[in-house]
Amino acid sequence: MKKTIPFLAIEGRSSGYYMLLAILATFILASLGAFYYMEHHGHYVTGMSNQIVWGMPHVFAVFLIVAASGILNVASISSAFNKKAYKPLARLSALAAVALLAGGLMILVLDLGRPERLVIAMTYYNLKSIFAWNMLLYNGFFAIVIVYLWTMMQRNLGKYTRVAGTAAFLWRLALTTGTGSIFGFLVARQGYDAAIMAPMFVIMSFSFGLAIYILVLMASYNWTERPLGDAIFNRLKNLLGVFVAAVLYFVAVYHLTNLYEAQHHDFEMFILRDGGIYTQLFWLGQVLIGGVIPLIIFYTPALAKSRGLVGFGALLVILGGLAQVYGIIIGGQAFPMTIFPGKEVIETTFADGAIASYVPTLAETLLGLGGFAVALFLIAFCVKIMQFLPASLADKDVDPHYKAS
Amino acid sequence: MTQPVNNKETTTDIYRRQFLGKTAAAAGLALAPGMILTEVAHARSADQPASDKNRWGLLINTNKCGTGCTACVSACQTENGWGEINKSEPHSKASQKAVWIRKVKLKDKLTGHVQSLPLMCQHCEHPPCVDVCPTGASMKRKDGIVLVDKHICIGCRYCMMACPYKARSFIHEALENQKVHAPRGKGTVESCTMCVHRVDTDGTPACVEACNAEGHQAMYFGDLKDSNSAISVELRNNGGQQLRQDLALNTGVRYQGL
Repeated sequence: MKKTIPFLAIEGRSSGYYMLLAILATFILASLGAFYYMEHHGHYVTGMSNQIVWGMPHVFAVFLIVAASGILNVASISSAFNKKAYKPLARLSALAAVALLAGGLMILVLDLGRPERLVIAMTYYNLKSIFAWNMLLYNGFFAIVIVYLWTMMQRNLGKYTRVAGTAAFLWRLALTTGTGSIFGFLVARQGYDAAIMAPMFVIMSFSFGLAIYILVLMASYNWTERPLGDAIFNRLKNLLGVFVAAVLYFVAVYHLTNLYEAQHHDFEMFILRDGGIYTQLFWLGQVLIGGVIPLIIFYTPALAKSRGLVGFGALLVILGGLAQVYGIIIGGQAFPMTIFPGKEVIETTFADGAIASYVPTLAETLLGLGGFAVALFLIAFCVKIMQFLPASLADKDVDPHYKAS
Repeated sequence: MTQPVNNKETTTDIYRRQFLGKTAAAAGLALAPGMILTEVAHARSADQPASDKNRWGLLINTNKCGTGCTACVSACQTENGWGEINKSEPHSKASQKAVWIRKVKLKDKLTGHVQSLPLMCQHCEHPPCVDVCPTGASMKRKDGIVLVDKHICIGCRYCMMACPYKARSFIHEALENQKVHAPRGKGTVESCTMCVHRVDTDGTPACVEACNAEGHQAMYFGDLKDSNSAISVELRNNGGQQLRQDLALNTGVRYQGL
C-alpha cells in the first residue's frame, strides 16, 4: 500500500523567512496607518466622493473575498469530489481561504465611515440586505472552513472530512453568489442589475483563487526547497487555464446581452470603446493581460514547460482580475445613472448625466495592499506553526503512475 | 275614528324624548372636542409613532419651476444646515460635499424642450436604500418618509450604490454647528428628510414654502392618502409622473410636465 505523504511545518528559521514576514508586516502597518489617516480626517482625504462611493479599498476587498472562496476549490476537489491527487494540497487551500477572507474583510471594515460601529452590523441584521446575508455567509465560512481544517488535521476526525468539505464547498458557492449579487441586484445602475453577475463572480473566484494558490505553492516549495513535481503542477496549471477561459466566456455573454439591448448600448460603448481608462482596463488589463496572454502561456507546450513563465501567467491572471474588479466597481459607478430617460442633462450641480472621475489616493491603495499582506502573513505564519504543507509533492509521492508527457 | 289620547302616556313620552335628547347632547359635547382635534391637528405627541394613515408626498410642476431659481435649494440648506451657505464641509471637494436637493435642467433629446426641476430623495414606497442597508439605519417611516438613523449607520454606502436618484450623500469630514433638528455626522449617510421635523408639527417642508414665497407655486406638499388634500386633487385632475417609473418603486415625489 502506498504510504501517505507526511505534512511538516516549515522550519522558518532562515533570514529569508523573517525578511518575508518583515516585509508583509511593513505593508500591514502601512495599511493601518492609512486607515488611521482616513478615519481621523474623514474620507475627504481619499479619491472617493458622492459620485464614486466605493473606491480602491473595495476593489481589493472584493477581489480578496472572491479569491478566498475560489482558493478553497483545491480542497473541495479533494474532499467533495474525492480526487486523491489533490489531497495533499487541501490543507493549504483551506488555510489560504480563511486568510484571504480575513484580509478582504479587514479592508472592508477599515473603510467604513464608522468602523467602530461594526458591532451593530454583527448584532443586527436587516435580512433583506445582501450585505447582511454576506456577513452571515462570511462568518459561516470561517466557522465551516476551520471545522473542515480540523477534520483534516486531527487524525481520528478524518472520517468527517468529506462531509465538512462538501458543506464548505456548498457554502463557498453561496458566498460568492452573495458577493456577485451585491452588484447583480442593484437595479439603479446600468452596469449592474444582471443576474449573470452571481455565476460570473463564482467563476472569477475559481480563477483568481487558483492563480493565488499556484503562486503561494510555488513560493512555499521553492523557498523551503521541497520538491514540487510536474504531476501536480501541470494539473493545477491546466485547470487554471480552463477557469481563465470560462471567465472570458461569462464576460462575453454579459457584454453581448447588454449589446443586444438598446437601453444598455451607451454603457457598453463606455466600457468597450469610449471609456478611456475603463476601456483600457477592459481590453488591455482584463482581456489581454488577464486572459489571452495567460492562456497562451498555459497551453503552448514550449512556454508551459517553464515554471517561471507559468508563475508569471498566474500573476497576470491576478492583475487582470484586479483590472476586472476595478472595471466592475469603479466603471459601474463612473457611468452616469439614467434618471431621465430620453432627456439630456444640460445643467446640474451634482454631476448628473456626467461621467464621474476617480483618482485613488495612496492611502486607499495602501489599505487595499494591506489586505493582501494580512492574508499572506497569516499563511506564512501558520505554515510554520502547524502542519499544512506536505513534505514532498514530487511526482513519485503524489502519483506513482504519472508519466511526463 | 281617532284614538283617544292618554294624557299620562303622552307626558311620559315627552319626558323620555327630552331625556334622550339631553343625554345625546351631553355625549356630543363630551366627544366633539376630541373629534375636532383629531380632524384639525395631524400633529402627534413625541411618544406617538408615525401612522400609516398618512403618506406624505410632494408634487412638482416642472412648467412652473423657475429656470435659474434655486430658492428651494437655499431654503433646504438654511433649514437643515448643509451646503455652501453654512460652510459645513470646508475640506471636502465639490464632489464630496453633501447635496440634499439640487436643481437639474433637462433638454428632451427628440423635441428639444427644455425644463428645470428640483431633484431630491423620492421617498419611495419600496426604497432600494432601505432594502440594502445591513443595519436597518436606512428606514422608511409608516407615513412614507425615508430617513437615515445616524446612530446606527455604519457608513458602508451601500444605500448610495442602490439609490436610482443619487439622492444620498456621505459626510467626508467632521462637522460643526449643526441644526438640532437635523443631526449630521462624519462617516454617515444623509439625504432629504422631507423636513420631517416640520411635518411632525404640522408644517410644510422648507423647499415648498420657499417655492411658494417666490410666487412659483411649483411644489405641493400633502397627504397622498387624503383624497381631499390639495396634492391628491391636483394629481387626480392633472396627473403626475414618477422618475424611473419602470422600477416600480412608487415614489412619494411626483412630477408634472416631464
